[in-house]
Amino acid sequence: MDARSSDSRTQAPARPVLEGPDIARMLTRIAHEIVERAKGADDVVLLGIPTRGVFLARRLAAKLEEITGRAIPVGSLDITMYRDDLRLGPARTLARTEIPTDGIEGRLVLLVDDVLFSGRTIRAALDALGDIGRPRAVQLAVLVDRGHRELPIRADYVGKNLPTSLREAVKVQLTEEDGRDAVLLGLRSAPSRPGSDAASSAAEQTVPADER
Amino acid sequence: MSKILIRGAKVLGGAPQDVLIDGEFIEAVGTGLSAEGAEVVEADGKVLLPGLVDLHTHLREPGREDSETVLTGTRAAASGGYTAVFAMANTFPVADTAGVVEQVYRLGKESGYCDVQPIGAVTVGLAGKKLAELGAMHESAAGVTVFSDDGKCVDDAVIMRRALEYVKAFGGVVAQHAQEPRLTEGAQMNEGIVSAELGLGGWPAVAEESIIARDVLLAEHVGSRVHICHLSTAGSVEIVRWAKSRGIDVTAEVTPHHLLLTDELVRSYNPVYKVNPPLRTERDVLALRQALADGTIDIVATDHAPHPHEDKDCEWAAAAMGMVGLETALSVVQHTMVETGLLDWAGVADRMSATPARIGQLAGHGRPVSAGEPANLTLVDSAYRGEVDPAGFASRSRNTPYEGRELPGRVTHTFLRGRATVVDGKLA
Amino acid sequence: MKRHLISAADLTRDDAVLILDTAEEMARVADRPIKKLPALRGRTVCNLFFEDSTRTRISFEAAEKRLSADVINFAAKGSSVSKGESLKDTAQTLEAMGVDAVVIRHGASGAPYRLATSGWIDAPVINAGDGTHQHPTQALLDAFTMRRRLVGPDAGLGQDLAGKRITLVGDVLHSRVARSNVDLLHTLGAEVTLVAPPTLVPVGVETWPCEVSYDLDSVLPKSDAVMMLRVQRERMNAAFFPTEREYSRRYGLDGDRMARMPEHAIVMHPGPMVRGMEITAEVADSDRCTVIEQVANGVSIRMAVLYLLLGGNEPALTNPRTEEK
Repeated sequence: MDARSSDSRTQAPARPVLEGPDIARMLTRIAHEIVERAKGADDVVLLGIPTRGVFLARRLAAKLEEITGRAIPVGSLDITMYRDDLRLGPARTLARTEIPTDGIEGRLVLLVDDVLFSGRTIRAALDALGDIGRPRAVQLAVLVDRGHRELPIRADYVGKNLPTSLREAVKVQLTEEDGRDAVLLGLRSAPSRPGSDAASSAAEQTVPADER
Repeated sequence: MSKILIRGAKVLGGAPQDVLIDGEFIEAVGTGLSAEGAEVVEADGKVLLPGLVDLHTHLREPGREDSETVLTGTRAAASGGYTAVFAMANTFPVADTAGVVEQVYRLGKESGYCDVQPIGAVTVGLAGKKLAELGAMHESAAGVTVFSDDGKCVDDAVIMRRALEYVKAFGGVVAQHAQEPRLTEGAQMNEGIVSAELGLGGWPAVAEESIIARDVLLAEHVGSRVHICHLSTAGSVEIVRWAKSRGIDVTAEVTPHHLLLTDELVRSYNPVYKVNPPLRTERDVLALRQALADGTIDIVATDHAPHPHEDKDCEWAAAAMGMVGLETALSVVQHTMVETGLLDWAGVADRMSATPARIGQLAGHGRPVSAGEPANLTLVDSAYRGEVDPAGFASRSRNTPYEGRELPGRVTHTFLRGRATVVDGKLA
Repeated sequence: MKRHLISAADLTRDDAVLILDTAEEMARVADRPIKKLPALRGRTVCNLFFEDSTRTRISFEAAEKRLSADVINFAAKGSSVSKGESLKDTAQTLEAMGVDAVVIRHGASGAPYRLATSGWIDAPVINAGDGTHQHPTQALLDAFTMRRRLVGPDAGLGQDLAGKRITLVGDVLHSRVARSNVDLLHTLGAEVTLVAPPTLVPVGVETWPCEVSYDLDSVLPKSDAVMMLRVQRERMNAAFFPTEREYSRRYGLDGDRMARMPEHAIVMHPGPMVRGMEITAEVADSDRCTVIEQVANGVSIRMAVLYLLLGGNEPALTNPRTEEK
């Protein structure tokens, strides 16, 4: 979603902590967990949070289809206008919200994102969801949980828990967007609070609350 | 002290000379004149000109004393180096009777900063329908010789013809504000590339040129003299040039702002650039300069048009037309004519003093700087460079288009019949 | 830095495409059960209308409300303005009441520019039509309509209108819509042709980035979109054209003329239409005519503009020209 944010913030060359096969394995595992816990995933709708959450959601949907033999509705949910730091930076470019044809009413919505950090993105996503309909339940799947939560939010499905310091930056790369699959760990230019850092410097203003 | 010695002044830009003033007259011009018993003004190479004469000033009194009075207007004139101004007739009430012109004349006398020669309206109320009592105004104490409906055009060809004929009886002259009214309905700025883009009503050059063409032909037909106010287009120049080549008795003026500014400035939508006639194009500006240099255009006249702040601090369409000009005219002429090599200082003296006085038949002004002449003089520091600061204006109004612009030259002294009205750049 | 939208000429190609792309996302909100977004929550926008224009005012108001802004409507008629209050005083009064942005419609060309640059107020200014100068959101909604119809809602994302041949027909002289469209369509790479009787083409048009023709029939077959401009009947009295009938015959769009347009070509009109004058009912009611779509697209475009100018702490648009002047 925010192409300006990523690389400029990591000063030292980021080192990969997860590679393509790791990511594929984690997604497979999450898919199986979903089928198991959602009892066949009959009414699951996957909504990815742009940009990389959408690709992850599509990959998860494909895996779910493999397992269940049924088409799994998948879409995207842009949270830009629901962010709590909207006024702290320049107006952001919107991303696509694409709700599957049958909607989300009474369904189990599974939000999918790449990195879980402060939890503010997910808070915004829950607000955005509320303007679209009333799901039976909402769950959250993330590729990486790096900790430092600022809101009472947790993920239901986690690819990998990655303990980090606030000095570090986590960057997920996906083939669809970045040409390869990897999770990178590097140093950010200045230590800061995960979600409240937006106003601290101009460079940070473009950085969303969570790593994207 | 009645004697003043101006030492080392470049008279009309020539070699430094001393000028001795005794009372109201110049006693001597030469080198090494004795300073005995005289107050000395060190000219130090400044340029000495005859006091400037403005054939086209709006003093606004009576009626619009919130924008200018005869007193503030004449103070502004003195600051700009003028010793005489012709006050336009579009006051409230209009100067279309002997009573009003005499009032303005008397206020001028009382001000003491420069001579005020009222201009009488051509038609009653500037309405263009009925001739005003031109003869009565001429015979009044004001002795009016120049008549103009300025601000409005005498567009009725018959009325214009009659006016041109009628004033011959006492040697008057009609000064025409050339603006065909139908062609300029709703007009806001020069019609051209910029007006098309800005969506402001166009004021075509032909609206000016067609009236000038008609009036020079009328003047020729009835054998009268006609003066054209504020020429603003290259086409107008061509018509006047043609008329003069035919021997038609026509004179013409150009304003300082039409010698410098173009309609490109209107892109700012800042009404300080809103003026009648409108600012034209670069091509027109260059043609006007050339015409002033070669004498096709006879004089520079300021069209000093003061307006209160609120009449300019608004959207373009709602704003009043006009600019103040008395205090910047000489600087603009130095910038556009002298420093471009088009005119020397003797030429400036001719275009801004001698010829306007002759057109207006104003005795005692526009005379040579020589012994025995009235001591109406202006001393100019031509080496000066500075930004125009309206806060320092003597005029009651500040609607100058030159705010913050660097212009050359500064009037340091003005003498009206031997008495200093400006000393060291300050009003005396 | 200020954040204004005064003229379509101020927009770069990238700015314009960003607005169109954003409008595409905004358009999707109309399909939702809750047609509202929180982007301008707590912001107050004043619609300052010195000229009657119900449709433009309602369009802005709908856009503002969908973005959760608080809306103040100020119509000059019957207000302090009719008692002689100046634009400056009106604007300063509104700003003192805590207005965060001003949407202004004014009969005087340049009034929004003046409001934005004279130092009277700090609030961002959005031009909703000034005199015969500009109407930038109209041009944007027109371009948006063209892109959706001629390229496609999804296929158009990120795209401009390169190579599209757009014809504007009618009273160009008095039209802010024409000026705005020529500027924006040129920026977006379209080829623009103006068609009008010579009396209704401004002197100075030769520097505009477009072609000018007096012959509608020769241009129609080469048009991807034909935009009919409103022609006021009063113009007839000022000798711009002899009669309504003659105008219609030479410059009106009827079924026969529409048939000469390429099959894919659309007919546009900024409204309100003068049926029988510049456009016949047959054309206005055909499915090639986008008038109703333009109205719907107007709300999306105005949402996009409001969001991009006011959604953050600084505008997402570069808007260089107005800042320089």
